[in-house]
Amino acid sequence: MLITTQRIPFAVRVWRRNWTVFKRFAMAEVGPLFVEPLVVLGAMGLGLGAYVSLGGEVSYLEFIGPGIIGGYSLFAAFFECTYGSYTRMAIRGLYEAMIATPLSIEDVITGEVLWGATRSFFSATVILFVLAIIGFVDSPFALLIPPLAFFAGILFSAMALLVTAHAPSFWTFNYAITLGVMPMYFFGGVFFPLERYPDVVREVAWAIPLTPYVHVVRELVTGNLTMTSVWALLYLLALTGVFYVLAVARMRSRLIR
Amino acid sequence: MDGAEAVDSVKPVVARGLIKTFGDLVAVRGIDFEVRHGECFGFLGPNGAGKTSTMRMIACASPVTAGTLSVNGLPVQTQPQRIKANIGIVPQGDNLDDELSVVDNLRLYAGYFGIRGPDAMSRAVSALELFQLADRARSRVDELSGGMKRRLLIARGLINDPAIIVLDEPTTGLDPQARHLVWRTLRRLKDRGVTMLLTTHYMDEAAELCDRLIVMHEGRILAEGAPAELIRSVAGETVVEAQSMDEDALTRAANYLRESGAETEQTPDTVHAFGLSGIDLQAPALRDAHARTRPANLEDVFLRLTGRGLDE
Repeated sequence: MLITTQRIPFAVRVWRRNWTVFKRFAMAEVGPLFVEPLVVLGAMGLGLGAYVSLGGEVSYLEFIGPGIIGGYSLFAAFFECTYGSYTRMAIRGLYEAMIATPLSIEDVITGEVLWGATRSFFSATVILFVLAIIGFVDSPFALLIPPLAFFAGILFSAMALLVTAHAPSFWTFNYAITLGVMPMYFFGGVFFPLERYPDVVREVAWAIPLTPYVHVVRELVTGNLTMTSVWALLYLLALTGVFYVLAVARMRSRLIR
Repeated sequence: MDGAEAVDSVKPVVARGLIKTFGDLVAVRGIDFEVRHGECFGFLGPNGAGKTSTMRMIACASPVTAGTLSVNGLPVQTQPQRIKANIGIVPQGDNLDDELSVVDNLRLYAGYFGIRGPDAMSRAVSALELFQLADRARSRVDELSGGMKRRLLIARGLINDPAIIVLDEPTTGLDPQARHLVWRTLRRLKDRGVTMLLTTHYMDEAAELCDRLIVMHEGRILAEGAPAELIRSVAGETVVEAQSMDEDALTRAANYLRESGAETEQTPDTVHAFGLSGIDLQAPALRDAHARTRPANLEDVFLRLTGRGLDE
């Protein structure tokens, strides 16, 4: 049983609940949203950047800007749909409360995915805004980054919910982050051009979902669009389908007994 | 057969041969019952009797393993969305949304039913008034007492104005005062014509609230009827109870009661004697065992049917 377009309004009801809570605690959320990516950008870009030459006109700081957008889109969705969703599901019993109403488990999972994607959207938009102010955004195509972040956020949220569906406790997420998210962050083309890696590493790096996303973001920021981005988007779309189906199926078997 | 089905279709809940298994564990072993309009229908039994499993199937929260179950004339297997739109669920555990205020709990929950804006707000406000929570509207949920939380859960379960409300152990864990307030609330709902299904392992609660009930044990229905009727037919009018920690005294009392024509059931420190019309409590065999006479109750019904107490 998959989500159909008729069910989207039902999923939006779940999204709206999270949005209501977010607004309530917005002041506590907005600070970190800005500060953390700036810290990374400053520390890596200015610190490491002083030693790194990419061999072109692009400064290291400019290079990692789009990477930071990508990395923080991933973090935003992943944290929301692991720690956040697990709390709602297992600690607060909200999924149970929701599926006692006309909402189905598919609606709840879809609503959570849409919310995680919204968090990606926020993170990407904030960092893009900062980069634009600094003057690192060269192309109007960059305006496509927030919607792209929402799209990629759907994938990252579905991946996170698949982890959440199997999680016996919060500890699971520490493993998922150490073994899954951080390697993606370091090998996903955020900090180094993939050409620097040996062939095998480069090919593996392309397979991890963050890499194609960061690649598209970088092309949108610079305005040098290539066919690679089209393939990257199709690959992300296929992964999204797979992870969404898996997340819904695993959540269903966890929650419906 | 068509006629019978037509009648079924208007009954709030009809179960036929209903079975629920979890792997090797059989929770519900083929039960039949019907709930009538506007009544309070109880599921009485100890933990593990199959009450909650049955309620969860009615609430479309748990798939039916075998048999048929219809709610408002709709089969649970194929029409869960329509069924859920018209029933209210009050769960056993507190699953209120503690990131939201009291009033937002109701407003957002109304939103899950597609009720939004001023309509959701006015329903939330009137529910809070009905359940005497109006002055706590802006409170955080974790500032509420246990009794207030339970009332908020019931208010939430009614936010869609359901024809049927399903309550799982509505007063478990509440102090006596809070319990009576919940009971009063539920009686008022019944007066308004809401059909109520409730599980409980408190016999006083079942006697207080239920028009009819089924007694469940190990996934089966042992008896069905109005509480007073069940008590009269299964346990009689009065029960003689002899209690002692001294086994010999208890045995002497049990023998004496049986010789006097009673049927007895024994729990660890008590003998319950049924079917006696009059007996001398001062008889030597009873004196050591603190014998007393009391009116029969639903606990006795359960004891008679299963040979054990509800809380064992």
